[in-house]
Amino acid sequence: MTHNVYVYIFLMWFSTYLLRAIPLTLFRKPLRNRFLRSFLYYTPYVTLAVMTFPAIVNATQTPTSGALALVLGVIAAWFGWNLFQVAATCCAVVFLSELWLL
Amino acid sequence: MKEEKEVSRACSLKQSVNRAAYFDGLKVGIPIALGYFVVSFALGMQAKASGLTAFQGGLASFTCSASAGEYAGFKAIAENATYLTIVLASLVANARYFLMGCALCQKMSPSLPFRSRAFVALYLTDELFGMAIMRPGVFNPRFAYGIITITVPFWTIGTSLGVVAGNIMPEQWVSALSVALFGMFLAVIVPPGRKNKIVGGLVLVSFLFSYLASKAPFLSEWAEGSRIVLLTVVLASVAAILFPVKEDEERDETENTSVTEEEP
Repeated sequence: MTHNVYVYIFLMWFSTYLLRAIPLTLFRKPLRNRFLRSFLYYTPYVTLAVMTFPAIVNATQTPTSGALALVLGVIAAWFGWNLFQVAATCCAVVFLSELWLL
Repeated sequence: MKEEKEVSRACSLKQSVNRAAYFDGLKVGIPIALGYFVVSFALGMQAKASGLTAFQGGLASFTCSASAGEYAGFKAIAENATYLTIVLASLVANARYFLMGCALCQKMSPSLPFRSRAFVALYLTDELFGMAIMRPGVFNPRFAYGIITITVPFWTIGTSLGVVAGNIMPEQWVSALSVALFGMFLAVIVPPGRKNKIVGGLVLVSFLFSYLASKAPFLSEWAEGSRIVLLTVVLASVAAILFPVKEDEERDETENTSVTEEEP
């Protein structure tokens, strides 16, 4: 059986949208439960950290350049550089280090 | 007369706050858009491999705006999967958005209208969530609109170009640009980790477990999206049990950071 690509795309959109829209539109009262509040407070840090490492090391041509970007990116962010500066630092580190490494 | 003046002043103040929030969103959106462009380009190459046209690839990106979810979907399309399979694949790969939605709606004013919520939900990506949740104060939809304005076109066009132009971009450029997103994530999680020891420790523990999970015999075969869900649920639960957040702690944080509103 062949499937219609547009039906596929619609189903992808629909299931993704449900996951996003249900909490945003239906859960409107502030949470009182302490565990849930704490859980949601910690969620973004865990998610973003998990998405960053080890993915950053596997994204580049050599693991070394990705690891360098991670270390220098952490240092730049530690000293309060802003979003764009940290992102640019990571890109520059990878580009320059790969000129040497490759 | 006097009242009218005050009302109009309040209105223009609100307008300028909204405009500032929108432009903030645009500014924050630049590195996101850059990262999106690269990632979506690679995604477009997968779309092509699955037999999609440039239009269909762009349409999927414009509607779904989900990297791991779209990747899972394209893989399923390549295998001529059933409609049920593609729904399940999308639900698993995107489950984290449910958690993010729960967290973000806590920052929304209860009076935020349904249409704003429904619209933001269309484009609740990892990056939009990260930026919106860390922005001090109540969630301002204009900030999200700013991010959406600049990032969604890049995400959409990048996918279409990936379908058409596959391997034209030099490898070094792809490599360098591909870490832009991660740099952004670091800029979001490191400063609070420096201020709050528990958050800092949690970030390190998350790095460690994420690495272990990517190597572990059974877990490493999972899709990346599912691993993110599992680790988030487990690690954030453990942290919430061991270090429950006091209400004034959360408030403290928003007050402290609101001083540096114009940063970055």
